Amino acid sequence: MYAQMVETGAKRVKTLEEMSPEERAFQERIDAEVKIEPKNWMPDAYRKTLIRQISQHAHSEIVGMLPEGNWVTRAPTFKRKLQLMAKIQDEAGHGMYLYSAMETLGADRDEEVEKLHNGRAKYSSIFNYPTLNWADMGAVGWLVDGAAIVNQVVLQRTSYGPYSRAMIRICKEESFHQRQGYEILLTMMQEGNEAQKEMVQDAINRLWWPALMMFGPSDADSPNSAQSMAWKIKRHTNDELRQRFIDQTVPQLEFLGCTAPDPDLKWNEERGHYDFGEIQWEEFYEVIKGNGPCNRERIETRRNAIEDGTWVREAAVAFAEKKKKQQAAA
Amino acid sequence: MSQWTLFEVFVRSKHGLNHKHVGSVHAADAAMAIENARELYTRRNEGVSLWVVPSAAITASSPDEKDPLFDPSEDKIYRHASFYELPPEVGHM
Repeated sequence: MYAQMVETGAKRVKTLEEMSPEERAFQERIDAEVKIEPKNWMPDAYRKTLIRQISQHAHSEIVGMLPEGNWVTRAPTFKRKLQLMAKIQDEAGHGMYLYSAMETLGADRDEEVEKLHNGRAKYSSIFNYPTLNWADMGAVGWLVDGAAIVNQVVLQRTSYGPYSRAMIRICKEESFHQRQGYEILLTMMQEGNEAQKEMVQDAINRLWWPALMMFGPSDADSPNSAQSMAWKIKRHTNDELRQRFIDQTVPQLEFLGCTAPDPDLKWNEERGHYDFGEIQWEEFYEVIKGNGPCNRERIETRRNAIEDGTWVREAAVAFAEKKKKQQAAA
Repeated sequence: MSQWTLFEVFVRSKHGLNHKHVGSVHAADAAMAIENARELYTRRNEGVSLWVVPSAAITASSPDEKDPLFDPSEDKIYRHASFYELPPEVGHM
């Protein structure tokens, strides 16, 4: 999931009887699957939680460009380079759609970006892992975008109108990302030499578990889930979505001719799902806290981008003002 | 960037269809808003024409007025063609 552990501030979900008339009308509207729009009344906690969730989602798209940016100058062919640049541009676009949705809640984009830069806002844990070989570009597209799709497809039905519409737009574009990633790996496995095939397996070994962690802590450790689900800003639990992702991914893994770094991964006939091993949650919490392999580098890159671009933004404003004066004089 | 003007973006998908609201962009001026909108909303043949309008220039109806504004049209079923029953001999009209 691109948004992990979003705080709702609620200890438990209120019943309809405990709510004020306004709050009750709001909840009934959500229960009836009617979208909440920017000008509608909404509880303060709903607004704040959504700003947190959407900004975290947007920050993830923006920071998500960095591991891929590492390979633009190193892509093996011109075709792969063009594809990679198109994908990275999409990620920037997705960030922009989401920041716009966030702004409809009254949040200020600069302030929220500043929270990312000073460590007060989170982004998905997955982007704190390095992309070490070309196969990582394939594995990121296939596994990371694949996990994001599982999450985002259900968020198309989220209760907040602008967020839902951004998700619909994003989902249309994501399937290109996943397919181009899988195709990179498939080409390496089917046409590559031994070293290239090893690169694929190596990329999967490193990214498999971090991709599963994207869905967030298991349900027992997700205190905010109940409120988020009542508000329908989350539509399925972390464990449900993680299982869905694993079930759809394992056959693709087998088709590649690769394995997952999980000896406990096997089909469970009785459950009708794959069983899988224990996730190392200490690693997840460390990465979330800022101690992953690339956390500092990612934030530093973002800060530099904003600072180094200051003169461009100032020049754009000066140019716009000059043109306005010229037009007024003419 | 929040100091820049917020523009609402409208895209016409094909000749003959109307412009449709797709989202918003920040820009220093209208010309830049068109460029940003092109990058953000028309990467995959989504449009043949763009409009950008400063968001502040849009006046919207209030959600509180939804009932007085839109309810009256609900009970005027005689405004729909299907209200008028004609004998089958008349044929398609």
